[in-house]
Amino acid sequence: MAERTIIPFGPQHPVLPEPIHLDLVLEDEKVVEAIPSIGYIHRGLELLTSKNEFTEMVYVAERICGICSFIHGMGYCQAVEEVMNLQVPPRGVYLRTIWSELSRIHSHLLWLGLAADAFGFENLFMQCWRVRELVLDIFEETTGGRVIFGVCKVGGVKRDIDKDTLQKISGVLDSINKDLRETTNVFIKDSSVKHRLCGVGVLSKEDAYNLGAVGPMLRASGHSLDTRSNGYAAYKDLSFQPATHHDGDCYARSAVRIEEIFQSIFMIKEAITKIPDSPVDIKVVGAPQGESFMRLEQPRGEVMYYIRGNGTRFLERFRVRTPTFANIAPLVQILKGCDLADVATIVLTIDPCISCTER
Amino acid sequence: MAFLNMAKTTIFNLFKKPATLMYPFKPRVYYKNTKGKLVIDFEKCIFCMMCQKKCPTDAIIVDRTKKTWEIERLRCISCGSCVEVCPKKCLALENQYTESFLTKDKKHSIEAHQGA
Repeated sequence: MAERTIIPFGPQHPVLPEPIHLDLVLEDEKVVEAIPSIGYIHRGLELLTSKNEFTEMVYVAERICGICSFIHGMGYCQAVEEVMNLQVPPRGVYLRTIWSELSRIHSHLLWLGLAADAFGFENLFMQCWRVRELVLDIFEETTGGRVIFGVCKVGGVKRDIDKDTLQKISGVLDSINKDLRETTNVFIKDSSVKHRLCGVGVLSKEDAYNLGAVGPMLRASGHSLDTRSNGYAAYKDLSFQPATHHDGDCYARSAVRIEEIFQSIFMIKEAITKIPDSPVDIKVVGAPQGESFMRLEQPRGEVMYYIRGNGTRFLERFRVRTPTFANIAPLVQILKGCDLADVATIVLTIDPCISCTER
Repeated sequence: MAFLNMAKTTIFNLFKKPATLMYPFKPRVYYKNTKGKLVIDFEKCIFCMMCQKKCPTDAIIVDRTKKTWEIERLRCISCGSCVEVCPKKCLALENQYTESFLTKDKKHSIEAHQGA
């Protein structure tokens, strides 16, 4: 038997945007075990409910993550609205859906770029981020922020998008669609990319389910599970089928994300044609009393929100289970048996968002 | 298996305009809606303290007796909460970002207004 060595991976590593530490137990070049440890950027955001009123907690919820910030804020608002029995006007709901799908496009493009960077394709990385910039410009024009928007509030949204801007967004999405086909074809067809991704880090269908994988990680292993199918926000009115793949390897996870980008573009365009005329918010009176549990689909997978209110302006409990946290157990599983050189690619294909995980 | 998929994009890029802006030689154009620096029309302020109450980062400090309105620029997150609640509509968000600071020293980052 070969001698075992332990190689530390992270918390500082070129492929990692955020700090996670893995102790890789190696036999020659093969990983036999990976021991994760997190806790480098815990900020105690959930406890801030005791200091901030429930209407102001939206700002904290949005700052759980810098990439899926809108959906975090939206999840928190939906949970509070459920407790308070608030009906958000349909236009507000549609606007939330449009912004959350734009967030998905921008998150997946960011990930595609980072993945290309991880396997050493710098040119592809730049192409992905060039397209992503167009989405960020839409955000800045409509919400006022590029990454943190502060546009979602309990009872609706703060800003409306006028008809001309909606048409403009639709036009930009058309051009993104065209530009992106070229770029994503490289991911799907290029032989050098396939060499790095195909058959690497395979997560079987059973393991994906049993270990509680979520999001593209789960769908790449053949499960057609997506929280958007439950029809929260405006998803019930939009035609939508979860993107799935069956191989469960790094290539499948990339392919699922690429398909989701095009799906999101299609859904936003559909939402723009269907958006009704109505106010975008309602007045919020009183304070939440009771508890609620909300599930939403983030770019990285399913996120869960739990809130408990006691009738005062301050929530009693606020808890978030983020998708990366759920995906760490499957990650440890797929790292077993892989080559040391593939570890970076595999870690990146779960789309790790450690700030989310630690909150 | 396909090869040189990227070649077409790369060759086209040689003849395209750069995707980046030659900043600072070309100024960055902000959108009308961009959330930037918080400004106050101090003459209209009635020291109601609503902005201080609603500020999620406690960046605004208002003193009714001394008639002062202060903002710590490094704490402000340009969320616009204060702008929404201001009864006199004397607060507004510009579409330019706050200027950078060279130190974290509060004497640079705090902007104070003193009424008569």
